[in-house]
Amino acid sequence: MNVFSISWNSLKASKLTAFLNILLISFGTGILSILLLASYQVEQKLENNARDIDLVVGAKGSPLQLILSSIFYIDFPTGNIPLKDAELLASNRMVRRAVPLALGDNYNGFRIVGTDTNFIGLYKLKLSGGKFWKEDFEVTIGSNVAEKQKLNVGDEIYGAHGLASSDDTHGNNVYLVSGILEPQGNVTDNLVLTNISSVWKMHEEKHLVSNSSEIQPDLQEKEITSLLIQYNSPTSIVMFPMMVNKSTNMQAASPAKETARLFSLIGVGVDTLKWFAILIMSISAISVFIGLYNSLKERKYDLAIMRTMGASRFKLFLIVLLEGIILTTIGSLAGMLLAHLGLHLIAQYQDSTQAKLSGTVFLRAELSILIVGLGIGMIASLIPAIQAYRSDISKILSKN
Amino acid sequence: MIRTESITHSYRGQNFLQFKDWTIGSTENWLLLGASGSGKTTLIHILTGLLRPEGGKVFINDTDIYSLSQKNLDTFRGQQIGLIFQTPHMIKSLTIRDNLKIAQSFAGLPVDNKRIDEVLETLGIQEKSTRYPYELSQGQLQRVSIARAVINKPAAILADEPTSSLDDKNAAIVLNLLISQSVLNGSALIISTHDKRVKEEFTKQYLV
Repeated sequence: MNVFSISWNSLKASKLTAFLNILLISFGTGILSILLLASYQVEQKLENNARDIDLVVGAKGSPLQLILSSIFYIDFPTGNIPLKDAELLASNRMVRRAVPLALGDNYNGFRIVGTDTNFIGLYKLKLSGGKFWKEDFEVTIGSNVAEKQKLNVGDEIYGAHGLASSDDTHGNNVYLVSGILEPQGNVTDNLVLTNISSVWKMHEEKHLVSNSSEIQPDLQEKEITSLLIQYNSPTSIVMFPMMVNKSTNMQAASPAKETARLFSLIGVGVDTLKWFAILIMSISAISVFIGLYNSLKERKYDLAIMRTMGASRFKLFLIVLLEGIILTTIGSLAGMLLAHLGLHLIAQYQDSTQAKLSGTVFLRAELSILIVGLGIGMIASLIPAIQAYRSDISKILSKN
Repeated sequence: MIRTESITHSYRGQNFLQFKDWTIGSTENWLLLGASGSGKTTLIHILTGLLRPEGGKVFINDTDIYSLSQKNLDTFRGQQIGLIFQTPHMIKSLTIRDNLKIAQSFAGLPVDNKRIDEVLETLGIQEKSTRYPYELSQGQLQRVSIARAVINKPAAILADEPTSSLDDKNAAIVLNLLISQSVLNGSALIISTHDKRVKEEFTKQYLV
């Protein structure tokens, strides 16, 4: 019979109290680990999408909106910029790679992106079937689009005007699915890629219908939504955006800066939840403390008897301390299990494909939650354990 | 063998108690007599190393027990002393067998299931070994506490009012078991009591 099995049996003797304590602790640690896992995964996804893109140039407006629309494909674009201005910037010697984007249409909620082959290099895209878009009205679709819409190479799809609804379909021109991408683990999984002139042609048709005589498609008047830029050298970080913002009618926004700003906004909510979890954990610590303290009153005689059998003071100390630690360890483990199951469930029902969460991601930081759980157990059971250590057995025994 | 040397004790400077020297041979049976509040329990606690006396020494098998460290004294007590109280008290969360197992392991001895079976059998409660304390009667529990006291073959068994909560029949049984177990395990037996039913059986008496 070792100390552990004595503590364990003692806990088993008061199952309900033990259960309540484990429940409280698991809620506290569960909320903490869910926060940890979710914010890590979201951050990871955001960073993954913005990786390798140093700057986004678009129409003047909110820089955050520009980043959201051109990198994460969530918000509406800020407007359009003239193609010739964009080309001028693209040819700047500070720019290593410039990728034009033409947004404005969707296919069943998936955004259609008009771009050129630089996009492939930027996101290091790979095909799982077919080929990349080349001719007008050829599209290469992300893995998730193919899966959700059950599309194969050779299928035809109709684009719709706008970024989300499919009410206003462009009936005349159909896109041909020429290729399907491998899953990339970023936003491109949810995109429909085509060349820019396809997007233009889609919209020209709208104009043709309304006022057919005026239209003389001229390259000079053509517009795109934004330009994704990679620098030649990191020294351009300060110079280039300043140049864009001051000397052109466009604005430059840094993905790194804007995502950091976005995160600091979300961070307020995360912080509130974090404090809430810490509150629950403190309550659980108090609950474990009260539980042990009360049980100690009943078990004073038990512990005194153990001393008469030869148990040292330190053994009694350990027995009580271990009870607290066993409770909080089981609680923390249960909480972490709950967090992963919870995230997995959330992911099952998650429609937003931008930042899909997973329950199978494990972090090193979770270990620290386990350690915090252990610490709470120790702190909560320390005073009762010291009391057990210091109890005057002769006095307890003679009172009976 | 237990020997005391000029033991004195008081509780916070009051109730000053002085105990005359006492030598208990290794297989002797003694009665410890005295009115309630006269210091019987105090003396038993001092004899068993549970209460450090203000003055004097206690030797068990020539070891000055209060010269031992606290931890060593606990282990020494677990091995050399078997204690029985007025009301039997077991660890509630453990079975009878586990209660006896911890008596072995707390004393720093290996768990010996054969010895547990043997002791339970001589006390006629072998079939209770998997039961929990609350499932047993007072008389049965008192037998278990005798089992726990003798499990490590102690030098001495000390019983503090072991019969006062039992009826005549059970008191006689427990008393007989105590005597037979002390013979069986080669232990000295000291029974503190003011119970008249006990007195007839013993010739050696120590009066406080």
